[in-house]
Amino acid sequence: MLLAVLSGFLLAAFAPLLTRMAGKSIGWLLAVLPASLTVYFASFIPQIQGGDALLIEYTWMPGLDISLNFLLDGLSLVFALLISGIGTFILIYAGSYLKGHPNLNRFYVIMLCFMASMLGLVLSDNLITLFVFWELTSITSYMLIGFNHEDMDARKCALQGLFVTVAGGLALMAGLILLAVMTGSYSLHEILNSSEALGSHGLYTAALICILAGTFTKSAQTPFHFWLPNAMAAPTPVSAYLHSATMVKAGVYLMARLNPAMSDGELWGQVLMLFGGATMLVGAYFAFSSTGIKKVLAYSTVMALGTLTLLIGVGTELAMTAFVCFLVAHSLYKGALFMIAGALDHETGTKDITRMGGLRHKMPMTALFGCLAALSLAGLPPLFGFIAKELLFEAVLEAPFWSTAATLAAVVSAMLVVGVAGLVAVKPFFGKPGNTPKDPHDAPLGMLAGPAVLSVIALLFGLLPFIPQNAVLLAAMQAVYGQPIDTYLSLWHGINLPLMLSGVSLLAGIGLLTLWPRLQPGLYAVNTAASRFGPEAGYFKVMEGITHIASWQTRVLQNGVLGMYLLIMVAITFGLTGYTLITRYGLHLSLQLGDSHFYEWGIALLLVVSAVFASSTHSRLGSVASMGVLGFAVALTFILFSAPDLGITQLLVETLTVILLVLVLFKLPEFVNLSSPFERYRDLTVAVFAGVVMVLVVLATLDIQYFESISSYYIENSAPLAYGRNIVNVILVDYRALDTLGEIFVLSLAALGVLSMLKLKAEDQHKP
Amino acid sequence: MKMKSNTVILHTAALFIMPLQLMFSIFLLLRGHDEPGGGFIAGLVAASAFVLYAFSFGAESTRKLLRVAPRDLLAAGLLFGLASTIPSLLSGQPALTAHWWEVPLPGDGYLKLSTPLIFDIGVYLAVLGTIMIFVVGLMESDE
Repeated sequence: MLLAVLSGFLLAAFAPLLTRMAGKSIGWLLAVLPASLTVYFASFIPQIQGGDALLIEYTWMPGLDISLNFLLDGLSLVFALLISGIGTFILIYAGSYLKGHPNLNRFYVIMLCFMASMLGLVLSDNLITLFVFWELTSITSYMLIGFNHEDMDARKCALQGLFVTVAGGLALMAGLILLAVMTGSYSLHEILNSSEALGSHGLYTAALICILAGTFTKSAQTPFHFWLPNAMAAPTPVSAYLHSATMVKAGVYLMARLNPAMSDGELWGQVLMLFGGATMLVGAYFAFSSTGIKKVLAYSTVMALGTLTLLIGVGTELAMTAFVCFLVAHSLYKGALFMIAGALDHETGTKDITRMGGLRHKMPMTALFGCLAALSLAGLPPLFGFIAKELLFEAVLEAPFWSTAATLAAVVSAMLVVGVAGLVAVKPFFGKPGNTPKDPHDAPLGMLAGPAVLSVIALLFGLLPFIPQNAVLLAAMQAVYGQPIDTYLSLWHGINLPLMLSGVSLLAGIGLLTLWPRLQPGLYAVNTAASRFGPEAGYFKVMEGITHIASWQTRVLQNGVLGMYLLIMVAITFGLTGYTLITRYGLHLSLQLGDSHFYEWGIALLLVVSAVFASSTHSRLGSVASMGVLGFAVALTFILFSAPDLGITQLLVETLTVILLVLVLFKLPEFVNLSSPFERYRDLTVAVFAGVVMVLVVLATLDIQYFESISSYYIENSAPLAYGRNIVNVILVDYRALDTLGEIFVLSLAALGVLSMLKLKAEDQHKP
Repeated sequence: MKMKSNTVILHTAALFIMPLQLMFSIFLLLRGHDEPGGGFIAGLVAASAFVLYAFSFGAESTRKLLRVAPRDLLAAGLLFGLASTIPSLLSGQPALTAHWWEVPLPGDGYLKLSTPLIFDIGVYLAVLGTIMIFVVGLMESDE
């Protein structure tokens, strides 16, 4: 299992090499991995069919309670099958769609990484691991949306998607941690199996808000839906994969996964229904009023995501049945339609559906599968989409609350979706031939394989719904519902209210479709005018605000005057230390100078004199030299109080410091006194203050001892345990070796910083 | 200005003192576990040897003498530091647990080898590399 999840990352490492070697057939070659993963996951069907959950355990960081455990039940298996199954066709499709693209190798690397992250996300049992994979999908999808990185627009859209989903991801992390605090476990199956009622827990609302902030942004719920249509800047294989079946469904997955644990609070259902319903309507409306074929599909995905959220919110047994069916149906037809859209774009040279028409003569196969998938989208029998839509109507009709509003919303959106399905199937393939930039042909095999298989599966599932139902769907429904479900999927339910609603929405949808050429320009104008107040405008306002704050704080805090930095750091550090010292300990001056020797007085005098000289002289060289004297005097102190190691180190460091300073010194301009007297007295005050506080702290540490000094332990144990008599060295390289390791890394970073600055300067000088 | 001295005294002295300093630094490194010394101090001594050389013969000949770029010395130091964790990881103990091997020498003595020594060599190289980056880099930016 571990290998299955991580194999995508492994293959990604070899993808560039394979792309170079395999040439044109690379898509087919790489597709072997997801295809075999599909078979592998399918082999688990018998084990989880009855609603059991498999837990496959791998330890990762036991000390931090982070495991690589995988939870395989109906829900995660459905997702795993969708991810690897659709992934197979996407890889084949991409090989054909991006044929000869100079960055094809990079595309496959990121795509495989994305696939592996997505598998990890839906299979992880541990919340932290889940979150890691969650963020990996955000990052890889950022790179995929911005794949055409030379296009300014693509970069902007990719960044927008990243900001929205990662901001939500941060909230999600907080939410998952709160969830773990509430339940006392980071393991999903323990959380789901615990009998505790979370709804009455004090942290419930906070956890709910945080988790939903994460899932709503990821799954493009209103008002965060705007990033998804913009993400259509990605190449079509990416849209077909990320924005139909996988990444945007991650949020839906998590909501479904946590549903049994979270749904006992009333808030859960209400919030999900509210946002889901709103998203459904917004998505359906914008899908109907757009002209770019990918935008139409993207908004209809928003609609589908809203519907799924709504169904989780309804929360009844029937709603869960509808949820799982709608999820699978949507993944099948939307994946197929996106690939068809890409084929149209590829063959005709335009994305604008108003310019396409009558293509069924020139692209018969593309038209056939496109229409099949669109029928499923419209929810017409005998496709699987019909079953899903009927169940949706049934579920909202029987919703425990807000039933009328939800039904109304569902019917309106179904109506609009019929229109949308018409837009993507009828408009391009039927009617008068359009005027397209390229002379279209049927798409090549690689680009047709995906739509063909997916739409035929949608047809088969519709005709024979008991096959998927018995295989995994029932188990998935139970996983979402949290209790056993007994249901039977069928195409014909008799003449009932849902069927009538379907009929009404179909007729209204056809009506809308015929009106579309007249309605669309008006709707477009309204949308453009309204977009100034939309959520996307809010996003830009927020980003602008962040930039303003950043430049303001840089101006104030990072103004480049080193003296100021020092002043602030010293003042704050010693201010806080002094405050703590005075409030906690008070002022106790107990100095016993009786047993001091004359040479100690000598060294002290040397220290003071050299410090005063260093800060008052006008000669830089003199200042450096007296700093050196100061350092040597400190070294002498160490030696006097029998710390030879410290003494030697101090001597060497002082020597080298003086040398380094001298090297730098010759590059500096003439000494000029730039600071005003006020500034100098301010600096003096801060410096003296720091010195006084330090003296008080040292005196206080001599005076109080909260616990026994650890040095006796070192003295006793350093030779027998660590085979060394030099305690300082034993501490450095053995007892606290990790600290030292960290320190040499810090040292290296500092050195690299200096190196790059010197290099930068050298390059500056070479410039003409 | 040119950072290269032309005095005969410094040249001659540097040639004599530098090998002594380097030997002394190795001595400090090896005895460090029992007597005053250790990787940090030894690295500083070695660095001051090369700094002396650099002052008398210039940055370029110091680079030649070092044979490897100071940057690589630094990297080698970090690698030594990390390598000293391998024996403990292989034997399933917490990272950086010390391991000791006593290698018998001809005669009565034996050589004390240990992961702390490997670690100390890492510190030595990192300190030497850092200071050489500073000094050589600064001197070269003059030329």
